[in-house]
Amino acid sequence: MTTMRLPLQYNLRNLVVRRTMTLMTAGGIALVVAVLVLTLALAHGFSATLVSTGRPDNAIVLRGGATSEMMSGISREAARIASADPAVARGADGEPLALPEMVVLVNLVRRDDPAASSNVTVRGVEPRVFELRPDIRLREGRMLKPGTDEVLAGGKLGRRFEGCGVGETLRMGGRDFRVVGSFDAGGSGFDSEIWGDLETLLPVFDRRGFSSLTLRLTDPDRLADLLARLEADPRVRAEPRIEREYYRAQSEQLAGVIRALGLFLVVVMAAGAVLGALNTMYAAVGSRSREIATLLALGFTPRAILASFLIESVLLCLIGGVLGCLLALPVHGVSTGTTNWASFSEVAFEFRISPGILAIGLLASVVLGLVGGYFPARAAARRPVSEALRAG
Amino acid sequence: MSVAAGQPIIALRGVSKTYRRDTIAVPVLAALDLDVAAGEFLALMGPSGSGKSTILNLVSGIDTPTSGRVVVAGVDLGGLDNAALAAFRARHVGFIFQSYNLIPVLTAFQNVELPLLLTSLDRRERKQHVLDVLDVVGLHDRSDHYPRQLSGGQEQRVAIARAIVSDPSLLVADEPTGDLDAVSAAEILDLIGRLNREFGKTVVMVTHDPRAAERAHRVLHLDKGVLVESVRRERP
Amino acid sequence: MTRFLPFILRNTLRNKRRTLLTVLSIVVSLFLFCTLRTVITSLAASLESASSARLITRRSTSLTFFLPISYRDRLTQIPGVEDVSWATWFGGVYIDERNFFAQFAIDPLRYFEIYPEYRLTAEEKDTFRRERTACIVGEKLARKYGFEVGDRITLRGTIFEGVWDFTVCGVAQPATPDLDTNWLLFNGEYLNQSLGDWGQVGTFVLKLADPDRAGDVARIVDETFANSAAETKTETEKAFQLGFISMLGNIQAVIYSLGTAIVIAIVLVSMNTMMMAARERTREIAVLKALGFADRAVVGLVLAESLLITLVGGVLGAGLARLVFDLSDFTAGGFFPRFTVTDGTVAQALGIALFLGVVSGVAPAWNAARLRIVDALRHTG
Repeated sequence: MTTMRLPLQYNLRNLVVRRTMTLMTAGGIALVVAVLVLTLALAHGFSATLVSTGRPDNAIVLRGGATSEMMSGISREAARIASADPAVARGADGEPLALPEMVVLVNLVRRDDPAASSNVTVRGVEPRVFELRPDIRLREGRMLKPGTDEVLAGGKLGRRFEGCGVGETLRMGGRDFRVVGSFDAGGSGFDSEIWGDLETLLPVFDRRGFSSLTLRLTDPDRLADLLARLEADPRVRAEPRIEREYYRAQSEQLAGVIRALGLFLVVVMAAGAVLGALNTMYAAVGSRSREIATLLALGFTPRAILASFLIESVLLCLIGGVLGCLLALPVHGVSTGTTNWASFSEVAFEFRISPGILAIGLLASVVLGLVGGYFPARAAARRPVSEALRAG
Repeated sequence: MSVAAGQPIIALRGVSKTYRRDTIAVPVLAALDLDVAAGEFLALMGPSGSGKSTILNLVSGIDTPTSGRVVVAGVDLGGLDNAALAAFRARHVGFIFQSYNLIPVLTAFQNVELPLLLTSLDRRERKQHVLDVLDVVGLHDRSDHYPRQLSGGQEQRVAIARAIVSDPSLLVADEPTGDLDAVSAAEILDLIGRLNREFGKTVVMVTHDPRAAERAHRVLHLDKGVLVESVRRERP
Repeated sequence: MTRFLPFILRNTLRNKRRTLLTVLSIVVSLFLFCTLRTVITSLAASLESASSARLITRRSTSLTFFLPISYRDRLTQIPGVEDVSWATWFGGVYIDERNFFAQFAIDPLRYFEIYPEYRLTAEEKDTFRRERTACIVGEKLARKYGFEVGDRITLRGTIFEGVWDFTVCGVAQPATPDLDTNWLLFNGEYLNQSLGDWGQVGTFVLKLADPDRAGDVARIVDETFANSAAETKTETEKAFQLGFISMLGNIQAVIYSLGTAIVIAIVLVSMNTMMMAARERTREIAVLKALGFADRAVVGLVLAESLLITLVGGVLGAGLARLVFDLSDFTAGGFFPRFTVTDGTVAQALGIALFLGVVSGVAPAWNAARLRIVDALRHTG
């Protein structure tokens, strides 16, 4: 004998009949799901920006113990030794693909609030930079001329900071710089940086050595060899790591904090919404006691009743989940920025809602439906037939 | 009491009532005249849909006629707004329903006390009144019981106590014994009869039950909006 | 209305589970609301404790650059500047990265004179000046790690290479609870000498004779060093700290939108409850009206019931927030000096509860007033 199952249509019709209640409950769930999706999109957008920064076959060399380029220092001698390492690939000209860079933070005024300022990364680069970071290309204006006061601004800076638009003048370290072009770094962290000529910038910011050295590896697997050689050399004492890993690590702390805060918010809000869903499902069970008794009398098993009410609750919350996702969707692509604690510098990024995040949102609504539906459904299934038939 | 015994406490003059069901007009009462004397016990009988409940609703001020005048206890109900009608009901009308309509979360005492909350009586006075009427209906000892702890007959007696606690001149009863067994029904009818005789309440009762109608002084049959007097007894 | 109270109370308890769930939902949501608003008020309070009678002078390029200590004498000369001290962000790691707290190398002579709100005994100050590796820990930090006078603390430098050892010579007590004391301050001479008579500092702190002239003095300071090798940027301590908060982004806007979402969510839950309650009671409302309850009276009963539920939720939610945060000494890992639910927050939560009660009750109350007795009594039974 096959066990009878209640048709899905039965649940759908019940939700439609009590549409005010359905919509109110689903609305509460929708808000929870929207907040969940938005915090995940925020954390995702932030880490996606930093994770997409850097290449897997580039190694970034920092002073031993330094956690960011800002704190690091590499002497010219150390840079020369490291560049000559056999693990470093060579360009068409036969020279090693090595890029010494200087990184400092400058405080720039924000366009959205002239009273507010944030720290922006300024990077002193050599022309070879586009060879080591081939994904980055000029978007507007022209290349900077080495040895001049010309700089390039990352694609996301122009709109966010005073003086960073192409053609504008930027005052840094007591000198004026002309922004002659902007580059597109594909939404990575480089899009929030200002690039100038290395040898021009070093004296301006009173730096004698470099901050970091970026090397193209002949093979990423040779990183360990490189590390062993550079650490061992007393003139170098530096630590290379894969560029992409370095930026990923920089995103972890803040993305973790955003996710943790988001999780706290969502859990508490979800608790509030689930209580509402419980109310609605108990009311659904209560108003249908005669119906349930009839179904039981007809031979539907208590299990089938339990399943049916659970399905109804899940459907109810899933409506909320879909609404919540729709509510959150318009925020996709909205750009924002924050100071990354790991580097103490501004990172611009976008809310990114991925299919995975939407799936998490919907899954959360299903879980809320199961939690909010279980007890009422159990109450329905356990109802004695005789008693329920008697009840008005 | 504003109306002396024997004088009409209820006067319906040319009363019509038409219900609208979607776009169709359904006439229930047409140009009806009816007088009920103060202290009278009137039973209204007739098939369902004949309009007997409508008469009850009109005289108790919970429904208004399409045309015609309804004067109860000297008050012309046609001129009253909702608030004044509510005040009229509180002052002059006691309701007895078929299904008692007690508030399940309140005790017998509290149910009876409800109408008194609308008066200016203080707590002590209210308590005295409630206990007095519970005595009248013979449920003094059940004052702390909730409706679900009472039998049907007891529930209806609490409802009757609630109906008389604010001392209205008119009691309207809609199938008061409809939900009761024969013994309880007889007890309730005895009680209503006693309220009529001993306390001078005018009673208008809608019923299907011939045994209930037997208690009345006058029985009116309502058929298709027309009243036919079938029985008139001398009052004792 | 008091005479109806028992009746209203009975009504709210009629479906105990539903009322309980609704109240809990309001409690949880308003607890969250209070928490979020306390983030704003705590940030504001910590800014309040920042003085507008002190200026912070830093390198205009950014905080990551230093100023020559020789500026000190010229700063002292500027009219309106009463006293000058300095501090340098150290940024060391205590054991591992997770134990984050602020560390500064400070001017051993004048710093605590300019910051009298950090209370130290004369003996503690004296030792601090004399001992090269002496450090003072804030009361909160001392409590967190159990630091006591005489303890040795080792930090691994990130900005300044190497391993640095300090000896605790005093615990600073805050004059008011809103002050942040989650920090370690050490004798700046130690840093200076270790770097080979380095001669640089991160920021100068200027004590003003007249706080009203803060803007003028700041301008004069920056003009004094304009076009020098190290240009300065001077602002009040409050503006300086506000700058850090604004770097994180628009926290207030985020919190306000979250607050709105939460309030809408509870409105939906409590409205739903009141509508369920009223729908089930249509017949009873008709009976009450038949008994002579005026429309106004039934509206009052429905609204009062709704308000009772939401206000109980509001009182419990705000009370819970107050209790939890006041008792737990929560500071979000030292991010806030003090995380206290203010009276204003409690009042706002209760205001929301009131609003909830009215909004949730208004539709059912309106239906109750409009209800035709005849129709409602005829329906069932």
